[in-house]
Amino acid sequence: MVKTAATQPALKPLSLHIDHLNHGYEAQGAMRPVLDDVSFDVAPGEFVALLGPSGCGKSTLLRLIAGLEVPLSGTIEADGREITGPGPDRIVMFQDPTLYPWRTVEENVTLGLDIHKKRDPKIVRDALQLVGLEKDASSWPHQLSGGMAQRVALARALVNNPRMLILDEPLGKLDSLTRLTMQGEIRRFWQKRGFSALMVTHDVEEALLLATRVLVFSPRPARIVSDRPIDLSAEQRHRDDPHVIALRRDILEQLGHSNDW
Amino acid sequence: MSRVTSAQKAEQPSFKALLWRWGAGPCWALAALLTWWLPDGDDFPDTTLLAGLFLACGVVLLVLAALKRLRYWAPWSAVLGLGLGAWEVVQAKFLLLPRPFFGTPQDLLDVFLTDWKRLGDSLLHSLLLLLIGYGIGACVGIAVGMALGRSLRFRYWVRPIMRVIGPLPPVALLPLAFVIMPSTRLAGEALMALSAGFPVAVLTWSGVAAVDPAYYDVARTMGAKDRFLVLRVALPAATPQIFVGLFMGLGASFSMLVVAEMLGVKSGLGFYMQWAQGWAAYPNMYAALLVMALMCTSLMTLLFKLRDYVLRWQKDGLKW
Repeated sequence: MVKTAATQPALKPLSLHIDHLNHGYEAQGAMRPVLDDVSFDVAPGEFVALLGPSGCGKSTLLRLIAGLEVPLSGTIEADGREITGPGPDRIVMFQDPTLYPWRTVEENVTLGLDIHKKRDPKIVRDALQLVGLEKDASSWPHQLSGGMAQRVALARALVNNPRMLILDEPLGKLDSLTRLTMQGEIRRFWQKRGFSALMVTHDVEEALLLATRVLVFSPRPARIVSDRPIDLSAEQRHRDDPHVIALRRDILEQLGHSNDW
Repeated sequence: MSRVTSAQKAEQPSFKALLWRWGAGPCWALAALLTWWLPDGDDFPDTTLLAGLFLACGVVLLVLAALKRLRYWAPWSAVLGLGLGAWEVVQAKFLLLPRPFFGTPQDLLDVFLTDWKRLGDSLLHSLLLLLIGYGIGACVGIAVGMALGRSLRFRYWVRPIMRVIGPLPPVALLPLAFVIMPSTRLAGEALMALSAGFPVAVLTWSGVAAVDPAYYDVARTMGAKDRFLVLRVALPAATPQIFVGLFMGLGASFSMLVVAEMLGVKSGLGFYMQWAQGWAAYPNMYAALLVMALMCTSLMTLLFKLRDYVLRWQKDGLKW
């Protein structure tokens, strides 16, 4: 299990500096703002969870950071250099696994290495082993369950040895048990590899169990409503812990769900 | 064939299955007997040889039945034997259908025995003409379709041309092509490429247009450039549609092939048929027709095999 750390050199985690970011889309001749003056920093190695009402623009923010889109105004700097496009230092894991159906599990995991013409079966094998799918290397994606497919997507992301992992609600469509397992796995990989991580989620509990810091956004156009560090020890990171419960109540209130259970 | 039905799985096949299996050989033997025993209605060649052939088929079928290799095709084999026997009796023995439009089985056999060289040569010419024209059309079609799907400027300039020329039956261009191309053969090639290329281009385009944008995002976030996105993402994602185009294009080239050979190209099966008809050599025409049918179905089968291999990642597909 620990072999992967040996085959892949440890990389410096990425830092982010986001400054007065504004973004929007044109629809029916009118500009619809999506992000409203968003500024925050991510220190190297931080695990930041982004919470907010559905459709508020969190995913758009991730796409901007990934370099898949260009912001209307404001800047995003990675390690002090402005982001102009996608790059292998920032790997995105999407809500859908989006595996290529014409590639086997193994070939899907090797995608990032293929792109840079650095195929290495050993790295791929190690990554598959890490997510417990070494026996399914030659399966086709349509033969996998939802949880297995998302694990392959995780392995495909990790193979790139990212300095920042960008997670766009990666567990949103999984059943609750698979979700619990994968939350543990993501946290473990983050601890072992030490990359920076940004995760959009709808699940307040998930954010509290995984992240070192939680940003709460307003409804669209997204503004930062609160920015709080989560100083919980490993033992406290448990669903029934009173700290977690108190924080959850607090954050749900900010999201406008104080009266719901 | 790979599926095992409950009847095949059972230890003891049903009486009906056994009847088909062991009846197929005797059906051919009966055809052989009638052929040999009843007197010919006119002076036909190769009657005894035909009877021998029927008998040989019967024996082979009996051997297959004994080896338990004759299952799925047993009913077909039996009925085919009876049908050929009936044809022989109706036409060669009692001359019931108008001649010479309807030949006899031995007439057809005689054509293959005496004219196999010219038939084979025609088949070769047709195949060559078809494969070159279709091959060029398919490759150009895929390239044009990809460009239509990926490049706005290319789409701006090429789409109007496609819209005007595409729906026109390529056959309509035949007279023009014979005039402007240096040889009828080249004209045939060009039109076959056109008739195959159009459906391939359109289907490739629609396949590329339908590619899930998330597939591009995944590769782009890992740093993929345009070349990778086109060749390693868009192209494989569009292959199911491309194959639909390839099948349509193959069918279109078949008809283009026949028309080109009948109207200008002085070789090939179409030319042979035209010639046979001109001399009222109807058995020769039937023989050429049979060879052409076999050629077309073989090429289709080949393309299906290729598709099944390339698209083996799909859950399930149509079986040919």
